[in-house]
Amino acid sequence: MADKVIYAMYDDDEVLKDGAKKLVSKGVKVADVFSPFPIHGIDPIIGVEQTRLGIFAFIYGLIGLTLATVGMRYFMIVDWPMNIGGKPSFSYMDNMLAFIPITFEFTVLCAAHGMAITYLIANRTLPGMKAKNPDPRTTDDRFVMELRTADNHDFSVADLEKMLKETGIVELEQKDIV
Amino acid sequence: MHKEAAIREPLILGHKTYHDITEDVCKPIEDKAPRTWYILFGIALIIGLYGIGCILYLLGTGVGVWGLNKTIGWAWDITNFVWWVGIGHAGTLISAVLLLFRQKWRMAINRSAEAMTIFAVFMAGLFPLIHMGRLWLGYWVLPLPNHFGSLWVNFNSPLLWDVFAISTYLSVSFVFWYIGLIPDFATIRDRAKKPLSKKMYSLLSFGWSGRAKHWNRFELISLVLAGLATPLVFSVHSIVSFDFATSVIPGWHTTIFPPYFVAGAVFSGFAMVQTLLLIMRKAMNLEAYIHTKHVEYMNIVIMVTGSIVGTAYITELFISWYSGVEYEAYAFINRATGPYWWAYAAMMTCNVVSPQLMWFRKLRRSLMFTFFISIVVNIGMWFERYVIIVTSLHRDYLPSSWSMHYPSHIDIGVYVGTIGLFFVFFLLFARYFPVLALNELKTILKSSGESYKNGDAGHHPEPTPVVAAAAVGGDDSESNKSNNQ
Repeated sequence: MADKVIYAMYDDDEVLKDGAKKLVSKGVKVADVFSPFPIHGIDPIIGVEQTRLGIFAFIYGLIGLTLATVGMRYFMIVDWPMNIGGKPSFSYMDNMLAFIPITFEFTVLCAAHGMAITYLIANRTLPGMKAKNPDPRTTDDRFVMELRTADNHDFSVADLEKMLKETGIVELEQKDIV
Repeated sequence: MHKEAAIREPLILGHKTYHDITEDVCKPIEDKAPRTWYILFGIALIIGLYGIGCILYLLGTGVGVWGLNKTIGWAWDITNFVWWVGIGHAGTLISAVLLLFRQKWRMAINRSAEAMTIFAVFMAGLFPLIHMGRLWLGYWVLPLPNHFGSLWVNFNSPLLWDVFAISTYLSVSFVFWYIGLIPDFATIRDRAKKPLSKKMYSLLSFGWSGRAKHWNRFELISLVLAGLATPLVFSVHSIVSFDFATSVIPGWHTTIFPPYFVAGAVFSGFAMVQTLLLIMRKAMNLEAYIHTKHVEYMNIVIMVTGSIVGTAYITELFISWYSGVEYEAYAFINRATGPYWWAYAAMMTCNVVSPQLMWFRKLRRSLMFTFFISIVVNIGMWFERYVIIVTSLHRDYLPSSWSMHYPSHIDIGVYVGTIGLFFVFFLLFARYFPVLALNELKTILKSSGESYKNGDAGHHPEPTPVVAAAAVGGDDSESNKSNNQ
């Protein structure tokens, strides 16, 4: 039997959330939810884990901080020390105050851009990618819950549809996974 | 769901549904542009092209075509640079700082304010580039290995800090803006009928599908970018002020500069947001989303930052006398009573007096008055930079070097040209981009929308609140009675 995917459409985020709660309590696995805006509180219900992007941002920030420190020490102290306005470049610590602004800016630059690039790659949202939302209205005012038969072996398609119909859906669609 | 106090004014007026929000924002993009748009775009383009012409003439001939002289070595160019950077401070402040403070009213204005920021910083960045005279050597500001005996750029110099600050600010603001735009481009993509626009918006939306996991990441990246951008906003104008504060010119050599410049930047940035949004909301029928309450909030920010700026002016004046440094004292007396007294007077009136009028609720809720003040503030803030830069320089330590600054027509052309270019970009943005953050507005519809607040969600606008009020009144009188007994 080909695996099937069921798309249940709702016209309200709260109704979808209540529906998802009901289905999950019965042991149904919700594969995904498509919505036009973040539905607060849906993640723990359908088992979406908190993203680790924040850790990445921190690491990128540290990289920026290190690069800026190492770079400025090399340019200003090691490679070509300059005596500007009677203030010679003796050691990094002596001149550190003057390096703080650029260290800060470069840390932010690396953290922000590194995180944004990681975000786009993790999402698989890059220029030229094709959209995967099942219905064009999910970016407007509709909310779609996706169930996969492959995840729900204990239930038949008819069972799943019956349960979905009790949750206040507005449309139901079934597709074979190609 | 987050609940909000009933006495708080709703942020979205009328009985809007999620679909209405999409319609209201996408309609102006999908319809044909009105005639006024073409007229405004044409005017802005002509002015912008004139500016580009002046820049090309400048590059071809040399910086001598400006009205600078050896005493006043910094004049209009850096005045315009600081003015534009200042204007570019509102957008990221609105979207980052107000996000951290969970201010929901930001959601109606952050998208266009950020667009304004990016275009303004872009205009600002032009000035340091063209003042190099040889634009093609602009890459020399980067620490690149070179053939001059590996001579590096000077990392001790505030001018180099500025290079890093402005480029970081521009690129991070752009990323922040674009990350928020992706889901909204997806909305337009899914509605687009014409093949060309479908293709363009598909490309711009990066294939966004709105999965739960993506939204989870989206919310976190918005928060972290806001956290990163907040100190960035404050650092940028602090560093711009270091350009002056670390020098030994009387009138520049002041420790008060960083906070004073930041406050001034926010002040002028919000004024520019008001100027643009008051027109945009009318032209694009967005009165339900950007209404008097939003304008009032922004006017309060203008009032607060304007007061900080006013305090800074007076502190500066006091310290110049109190310090006992005669050069410092002369610089300030000369500002107020010297040949540039009119610039000082314009600055004082526009920046100190006009924001104080916002204490009156009637005035700060009046759209016409707000528009007028926003223009006044923008003029005042330009004069502030002119006063700081030109009047501090024109009386040198040596009286034999004393001089005056007269702008050449190229000075004026470049400045006016950047205003034209700025409007070219902004008009294109208003025409092709979602001017309100659709996905964010939809999240606050239920907590801050008018119909949801009154308890008659969406489709049936029966006046239930009256009944509720009566019930509350009844309860009160009963409890009063029981108290009396």
